[in-house]
Amino acid sequence: MGSGPLLIKGARIIDASSGMDQVGHILVVDGKIAAVGQVSQDQVPDGCQTIDAAGLVACPGFIDLHCHLREPGFEFKETIASGTRAAAKGGFTSICAMPNTEPPIDNAAVVDFLRFRSQAEASVKVFPIACVSKGRLGRELSEMEELASAGAVAFSDDGDPVYDATLMRLALAYSLDLGLPIIDHCQDLSLSGNGVMAEGAVASRLGLDGIPAAAEESMIARDIALAQLTGGRLHLAHISTAGSIHLLRQAKDRGLRVTAEVCPHHLTITDQWVLGGVGKDAGAAGPFSYDTSTKVYPPLRTQRDVDALVQALAEGVIDCIATDHAPHDATSKQCTYEEAAFGISVLETALGSTMQMVHQGSLGLADLVHSLTVGPAGVVGPAFDGLASLNTGTPADIALFDPDLEWVVDPQEFQSQGKNTPLAGVTLRGQVVATFVDGKMVYQSETSKTGAAS
Amino acid sequence: MTLPNAIENQIGNGIENAGAQADLEITAVPERRHVLDLDDFSRPEINALLDSAKGMAEVLGRDIKKVPALRGRVIVTLFYEASTRTRISFEEAGKVLSADVINMSTSGSSVEKGESLLNTALTIQAMSVDAIVIRHPHSGAPYLLARHLDRVGIINAGDGMHAHPTQALLDLFTVREKLGALEGLKIVIVGDVLHSRVARSDIWGFAKMGAQVVLCGPNTLLPLDLLGGDGGQIPTELASVKMDTDLDRAIQDADVVMALRLQSERQHSGFLPSVREYIRRWQVTEARLTRAKPGVLVMHPGPMNEGIEISSSIAHGGSSVIEEQVTSGVAVRMALLYQIANQGR
Repeated sequence: MGSGPLLIKGARIIDASSGMDQVGHILVVDGKIAAVGQVSQDQVPDGCQTIDAAGLVACPGFIDLHCHLREPGFEFKETIASGTRAAAKGGFTSICAMPNTEPPIDNAAVVDFLRFRSQAEASVKVFPIACVSKGRLGRELSEMEELASAGAVAFSDDGDPVYDATLMRLALAYSLDLGLPIIDHCQDLSLSGNGVMAEGAVASRLGLDGIPAAAEESMIARDIALAQLTGGRLHLAHISTAGSIHLLRQAKDRGLRVTAEVCPHHLTITDQWVLGGVGKDAGAAGPFSYDTSTKVYPPLRTQRDVDALVQALAEGVIDCIATDHAPHDATSKQCTYEEAAFGISVLETALGSTMQMVHQGSLGLADLVHSLTVGPAGVVGPAFDGLASLNTGTPADIALFDPDLEWVVDPQEFQSQGKNTPLAGVTLRGQVVATFVDGKMVYQSETSKTGAAS
Repeated sequence: MTLPNAIENQIGNGIENAGAQADLEITAVPERRHVLDLDDFSRPEINALLDSAKGMAEVLGRDIKKVPALRGRVIVTLFYEASTRTRISFEEAGKVLSADVINMSTSGSSVEKGESLLNTALTIQAMSVDAIVIRHPHSGAPYLLARHLDRVGIINAGDGMHAHPTQALLDLFTVREKLGALEGLKIVIVGDVLHSRVARSDIWGFAKMGAQVVLCGPNTLLPLDLLGGDGGQIPTELASVKMDTDLDRAIQDADVVMALRLQSERQHSGFLPSVREYIRRWQVTEARLTRAKPGVLVMHPGPMNEGIEISSSIAHGGSSVIEEQVTSGVAVRMALLYQIANQGR
């Protein structure tokens, strides 16, 4: 990836790794940060490209611990090429690909495949997550050491829980010396049953089978106990309920090695969106009810849960934001709510929707940047060293965004093949202007092309 | 084929009279594109529909049950689930109004080849159909059609556990015919309310008309979240609905007792310890009915499990209006079809 020198001028620079939050410049030479904050004229090489970033925020590129690139096996939903273009548009420079592909990422050959394809086609850095169990079947452990050596950064059977408690115990114990976390898809299948949305008043009203909060919380309680038993590293994927936060808080207070992520949609929208007409007349169900793009696991929950999640993120109890980007083809969503696939296409709306918390005053802008950079990097550990920082000498992975720009979500403009978002037509405030990976511009917004760059 | 003059005249007169009468009765019904559930009906709209159904019932009582109100209109019934009364009732309603009614069942159709619901419906729309009557095992299926079809009226004939608005309207009609007014009545719905689309629509219908609805059954089969659960907005119209697990208490002074079908698989999936215990606690029996108001109406949406949710003597006794419900069904569906299939005229 060759790229010439680059000077980003006059941005508000937020680097949660160093605590920097000031207006200044960033100089990039040879794909690395050469200077940040004050940049003297004699440091700037001849022919340096300059970007006037006044009014914009510059920060380390976002890191996503949880997305589904669907390749290999489901290229009609997403590919490494389209998924990483979507990531770049969302300001993400490093993303972790979940292993529920076909074949699943449960052996080194598939990890190699992913690496090879990423080198050829990816717009951003792709880190594979490997299966906990062979074939994601929940019976025998995968060859974790070989997977780690091949480049896997964590283990997860995401999409399904590790349902057998003993296997989960063994996974937490066995992975200890590898230093990689087990990412836990928390779902008690016997409680979630045929559920398609959060159990509660809306599900009852719509006659849809509900998933009780206890389906998530009971699994979290079990796995926290197993983390205590083994001393293993447990990372809770996509937590969604107020009760889960209670359990997480307790586990952290007890000094356990438990971390957690939360998704943009669980921080911002509720199960009322399944009834539809949010912001309009919420009194009656109508043709806008049963919008299958709201179907996601864990399901959208109540305002009480949303408030608790936002608060826990602001307090640092939740370590990071992860998208759980789950693109689907149109057919998987143009059907009844029961038939529809679970999942939301998130990468391109993640910043805009989570900025809502900043604009409402419930989360500081620096805290939001932290939860998209330093937070996720810390969960994975050494593999992400230097990626969540703008320190001199680190790779120039940079997100540049306008915190106040308002835009209307149009899924047809997504880079992702997955157009499945409940936010279609919704106005968001906050948009990525440009994204750089190793100093190379991998995305630039249409509106900025005419103006800022020179 | 030639008809004797007398009969021809009779048909002719019937058509003219009924047509005029039907128009007179129905002009008051507000415009509506689809019938998805009763939650978006107002009390005046329900009243107007029941009034119009009364006119339709008069047509059904005639010697020759045929009026030209929907002549040249095409109605498709699209049933993804088994049905006897609802389907025949819609078909009869359409035919009495002179519509061409096409019944599509999923067996023998492209559905067996894997055609999606939406594509099937779009195909039907492309054949210049005026209304689709749909029954589907998945909640919300009619809403999917309403969102994606732009030239066809959709009538929900039962979707999953969600709604069965035409059944609820015929229940309202039956009670209004028998007891005069709906406001202030105490309606007890007993049984598997949780899985019942009939109950869900009846709750809306009766509550909107100002009746007091009490839901009764085991806690495992009551929709406890409908009226509570954290964060959910409870529609104000449902604020007066109550739940009670004790049928002897719930049935006190009831004007209407409606028993719901208990499916035997509820025992196997653990909602009930046994059908035997269910019978002991929640069967509508003669002894229990003595606690209700004199003149109480006993209803059942059918099909019945006699001897389980309702004793045989009650099902066929003097308080039962179960057959009247079926008769009302045709009239109510005539009123609805007249309105929905006549759009864009």
